[in-house]
Amino acid sequence: MAVRKEYIEDLEELKEKVLRMGELAKVAADNAIKALLQRDMELASKILKENSVIDDLEFEIENRCTRLIALQQPMAVDLRTIGTCMKIITDLDRISDLAGDIAEIVLQIADEPHVKPLIDIPRMSELSQGMISDCLNAFSEREIRMIEDFSERDNVIDALFDQVRRELMTIMIENPRGIRNASHLLFVALHLERIGDHACNIASRIIYMVTGEKRKLE
Amino acid sequence: MTGNKKITEKLVMIGMYVAAFITVAALFTVVGYVYVKGIGAISLDFLLDYPYRLEFGGIFPQIVGTIYLAAVCLLFAVPLGVASAIYLSEYAPDNMITGTVRFFVECLAGIPSIVIGLFGLIFLVHYLGLGISLLSGGLTLGFMILPWTIRASEEAIKAVPGSYREASLALGASKWQTIRNVVLKNAYPGIISGILLGCGKAIGDTAIVLFTAGSGLEWFLPMAITDPVGSLTVYTYILATQAHTEAGILRAFGASLVLLTMFFMVTVTALYLRNRYVRRMSGW
Amino acid sequence: MSTIETRELNVYYGDEKVHALKNVEIKIEKNKVTALIGPSGCGKTTFLRSLNRLNELLGATTKGKVIIDGKDIYDGKEDVIQLRKRVGMVFQHPNPFPMSIYDNVAYGPRIHGVKKKELNGLVEESLRKAALWDEVKDRMQEIALKFSGGQQQRLCIARALAVNPEIILFDEPCSALDPVSTAKIEALLRELKHEYTIVIVTHNMQQAARVSDFTAFFLMGELIEFGETKELFERPRDKRTEDYITGRFG
Repeated sequence: MAVRKEYIEDLEELKEKVLRMGELAKVAADNAIKALLQRDMELASKILKENSVIDDLEFEIENRCTRLIALQQPMAVDLRTIGTCMKIITDLDRISDLAGDIAEIVLQIADEPHVKPLIDIPRMSELSQGMISDCLNAFSEREIRMIEDFSERDNVIDALFDQVRRELMTIMIENPRGIRNASHLLFVALHLERIGDHACNIASRIIYMVTGEKRKLE
Repeated sequence: MTGNKKITEKLVMIGMYVAAFITVAALFTVVGYVYVKGIGAISLDFLLDYPYRLEFGGIFPQIVGTIYLAAVCLLFAVPLGVASAIYLSEYAPDNMITGTVRFFVECLAGIPSIVIGLFGLIFLVHYLGLGISLLSGGLTLGFMILPWTIRASEEAIKAVPGSYREASLALGASKWQTIRNVVLKNAYPGIISGILLGCGKAIGDTAIVLFTAGSGLEWFLPMAITDPVGSLTVYTYILATQAHTEAGILRAFGASLVLLTMFFMVTVTALYLRNRYVRRMSGW
Repeated sequence: MSTIETRELNVYYGDEKVHALKNVEIKIEKNKVTALIGPSGCGKTTFLRSLNRLNELLGATTKGKVIIDGKDIYDGKEDVIQLRKRVGMVFQHPNPFPMSIYDNVAYGPRIHGVKKKELNGLVEESLRKAALWDEVKDRMQEIALKFSGGQQQRLCIARALAVNPEIILFDEPCSALDPVSTAKIEALLRELKHEYTIVIVTHNMQQAARVSDFTAFFLMGELIEFGETKELFERPRDKRTEDYITGRFG
């Protein structure tokens, strides 16, 4: 008995756009680390080029949200969905920006080998990728089970970051010629840690969207 | 619009014009005829003198008698009619009994006045012993206009929007306070115009007064309510059927003209009140 | 502190053929605006009219309790005239009497025997409270029907205030008004709640959201959900409430 057919279709479209933006941000972050591991400058440039698509999407989604609020006076779950969309696209945009930053780093350091074999950084990436995927699933399924444990998962990323930082500092002290590469890698790790934080922000918004409850995950 | 439709439209229009014209023309012919024939009889003496023999004197007792009869009739019919209307529209439950009462009211309105006159003669004049009198005539006329009064009052009361009643009751007014302050206050112009139209019927009636009020040629004013009383209608009837001189016929037309004028005044007053009521309701 | 409380309130129409309200239990707080929402025929207006026993005019049968200030108004002892003095009502369509502004406002007080010399002050005070005084103070003897719909509705509010009620019931008071008049009435409601307890039926959910502190959602004669307005519109607990306020069914 959908009496507001167009409105409901508009809402569905909005959700699809957000999912698409999330997918693009997630792929960008994944590719950034792939480019780093394989020192693939071509892939890194591609990420930077595609960043503008995500920016455009963010604008479009924001406009759709404003228009829905202005014209349809959404209530309850609809209102929470739109509010959530407006908030999480900022986090998704930040994730894609961080992926871009990593890609920039790749362009800087791809000409020489890394100072150490990369183990913890891919691990961090894997974890944050998992968190973004779970966010997108939770958003589309309205199911919060898979994102409720984000605090613990973020703690793991934080711990890995700490470990990477200490390791790289040791390398820098022992081998000053490796400082350039090591300091860049340190930033990559920091960016990955930030991506984890953004995933947590997104997760707490989705919990609000689904349950109406405001829960802080960090 | 096709040509055929246009022609139909035109024909209908012309038909309506003709119908309206015939109606107005008939009215003007009657009124005009009475006026032309009767104006010659009108003089101060005619209006203020007492009649004597068949064809002489004035019609003063008949004019006063007509007014008296109308007054007694209204005094009887109005309180009874309005009270019945209030009961029927505000208090009575909507069931078989009230439906039956309404049905009889409707039937009563259709009874020919000669039948009511006969009832007045048998029941009031003879059985109750009220005699041929102002009282008998007024009461019988009252019986005749009673259903009209009830119906007009009920319609006026029903026309008062229910929202006024609700507003009044919601302010803590009792039912009777609501009826008095809101319902009747807004219905009264309608009620009065209904009453006046009934009054017009009463002053225009012949059969009833002929049976119950007097012979029409009374040369005196009634001193008591039990005295017989003359009326313009019966006077006209007697003269028109029994006088054989020019003067007699002239007097019949003169009396008719006076009657028409009275009737006209009552109707204009009724219409004026109704218009004022409509304007009031629409906020002007 | 609740000023109106209902217990197992059931209302029937037409020889109990229509069950218009089913076991409604609610506590309405003093000096708050409580909005009643729900689709047409859900019982919200019936509920409103059970609070001043105006339902009786329509031949309704009421079972259960409506407790106002600690007294059950259906216990058979309550004087309906005194009740309606305490529980005023403003209707869907502005219904001023076809009398002057002054007589409209003075109608209630006169009925209840307020002395003539106190009337002027009372009329002015009521019109001021209804935010109408400045517009009509020089036109007190003009007939009320000449004024705009919004002014007429504020006049009806003034008329209700003049009998000095504690509770005022509003039955879709803005449904016949333009947006500007509506905004004025809404501002007035927020003002009035400091002195009165207000219960309002509205079809306009945005209006309920704007003016009320508490909202009750009715569906098919049942009270589905009742709670703080900001909660109910942001995160309703019941699926049916959510479906209704998001327009998923109509």
